[in-house]
Amino acid sequence: MSRYLITRAWQSALTLLLSTVVVFLGVRALPGDPALALAGEDRSPEALAAIRHHYGLDQPLPLQFARYLGRVAQGDFGESIRTGVPVSSMLTTALPVTVELSVLAILIATALGVGAGVLAAVRRGRPAEWLANGLALVGLSVPHFWLGLLAILYLSVATGLFPASGFVPLGDDPVGNLHHLVLPAVILGTGLAAIIMRQTRSAMLDSLSSDYVRTAKAKGLRPRAVISRHALRNSLIVVVTIVGLQLGGLISGAVVTEQIFGLPGFGKMTIDAVFQRDYPVIQAVVLLTATAYIVINFLVDLLYSVIDPRIRVAGGAA
Amino acid sequence: MTVVQAAGAAAATTGAPVLEVRDLCVSFRTEGGSVSAVDRVTLDLAPGEIVGLVGESGCGKSVTAMSLAGLLPDSARVSGSVRLEGTELVGTRESVLRRVRGKEIAYIFQEPMTSLNPVLTVGRQIGEALQVHERMSRRAARARAVELLSLVGIPSPATRVDNYPHQLSGGMRQRVMIAMAVACGPKVLVADEPTTALDVTVQAGILKVLRDLRDRLGTTILIITHDLGVIADVADRVVVMYAGRIVERAPVTDLFAHPRHRYTAGLLSASPTPGVHAGSQRLQEIPGLVPVLSSQPDACTFADRCPAADARCRSAAPPLEPVGSTAADHLAACWHPCPTPRTQPEETTP
Repeated sequence: MSRYLITRAWQSALTLLLSTVVVFLGVRALPGDPALALAGEDRSPEALAAIRHHYGLDQPLPLQFARYLGRVAQGDFGESIRTGVPVSSMLTTALPVTVELSVLAILIATALGVGAGVLAAVRRGRPAEWLANGLALVGLSVPHFWLGLLAILYLSVATGLFPASGFVPLGDDPVGNLHHLVLPAVILGTGLAAIIMRQTRSAMLDSLSSDYVRTAKAKGLRPRAVISRHALRNSLIVVVTIVGLQLGGLISGAVVTEQIFGLPGFGKMTIDAVFQRDYPVIQAVVLLTATAYIVINFLVDLLYSVIDPRIRVAGGAA
Repeated sequence: MTVVQAAGAAAATTGAPVLEVRDLCVSFRTEGGSVSAVDRVTLDLAPGEIVGLVGESGCGKSVTAMSLAGLLPDSARVSGSVRLEGTELVGTRESVLRRVRGKEIAYIFQEPMTSLNPVLTVGRQIGEALQVHERMSRRAARARAVELLSLVGIPSPATRVDNYPHQLSGGMRQRVMIAMAVACGPKVLVADEPTTALDVTVQAGILKVLRDLRDRLGTTILIITHDLGVIADVADRVVVMYAGRIVERAPVTDLFAHPRHRYTAGLLSASPTPGVHAGSQRLQEIPGLVPVLSSQPDACTFADRCPAADARCRSAAPPLEPVGSTAADHLAACWHPCPTPRTQPEETTP
């Protein structure tokens, strides 16, 4: 088990290093000279050279990369070209919003998706399954932004049940924070919930017709124990995989959802940075997104080994 | 072994049956209409006897076994009677059947790899039945699981109890299945092809465990197989099924020495016997396949594959009745039973 962990940790670290290379080169490959963009009116060769020297752009690329890596390792992502605010301090305000929104969306989607999936499999061919399938189809095919707008229209503007936009930090007012985030999280989680439901349903149908479920029934276990301890536990591998794979979609979904609900998160920061060509911010955003993917994949692999003992041993032997 | 078999056979004739099956019929609703799988099966299991249920694939032996504790899917329609020490099980509520399953009637299945849950330790899986039926704590159930593992001959049971199925060999997994099945001391153990997926050497070990259980705990065992060698090895009595019906029922030595039904005779000459088939004599196959029946006809279902079939066989189903063999409890459902004695009785005796 510990060997498996170490192997996976190394792999993750390597992937992370590679992604910094890609981000670094990617930004430098973008058309346009950042010195020109920064120079503004004064485009004299001396002024440009001064700017290049100030930002270290006159150094060879490997040296630039080493410096960049050193700064990133210390949490220094540079300053926003537009506002001069350190990117790290922009992130400290924006990231918690997005992390909270995503975690909440995943929790809601997993609870709804797994619950409906199990129900659909157990009540196969009955109204409960048709309802779950119908809702999943709606969840998959209706775009977030439209669903978000509908929710604002009916649940916020018309009835006033939820605030239409804005955000309260968790530390200031936990209830208000949740009140602001529930609606966006549900909207963000609908697609994921639908996918989880369908995968759970098919995985459950497989396990319910398996030999070990027959054994469990032959032991005289109650249906609830057969479903939860035997069938569901074996289906969870699929669910964890799906959640891991879909997180990319969730992050891009968060960008749109934050925009609709006016949440001051990572997504909104990204959109603003792209529109304003704020390179240091874009660079930080891309790197953080990549890191999030890598960390999540690592966690998914860890979860696998918790759920399925066969993976633990296979990894340990490798 | 012959002493044990004699003891079992004696028990079969004297003791009141543990399990009485009367006119058991099972049919399945399918998209192509109804399919009849089991037709008027009548069977008694005496305490401590090992009964072999033989037949080709699709003859209804597994369906018969699963229907005993109501384990068939919802698409099955079951009629007739299954009585466990006088208590009717057919049509009984699920909650009552749940108390029977694992506690009174336990099962061992063919594929020990897929029949064990891959994500739970074997100790946990053995302990589950104890936790449900004996109201044991998880810790007590685990301790009992260690004892059960040693009962079925698993070395170092105290460490094996925390193993997952994939860490065990095929033979050990099947021993785990047996330990799980006998955890609550069931009256009847139904073993559905328990050795089919295993090596021949491992098979012998598993059959020995089953015999030991009968001798030590007095468990009644219904062993389902298509392997006549297994039957010859462990069974006291044999029931031969064909196309959902019992076609012959006899003590094991009698059946092997003097098969009366044409189908049984065909089965016996289709399996190799040392000495007889070693030389020039070829194995005889039974022509044709087991028919799939939407309804049970009033005729012998074996008639189309039988060398002795005539008009009567195709117009009336032969009853299962004593055929006047050496043993009084030798029954066959055949209008034209094989003449007795057979040509080589000595070689076919187990």
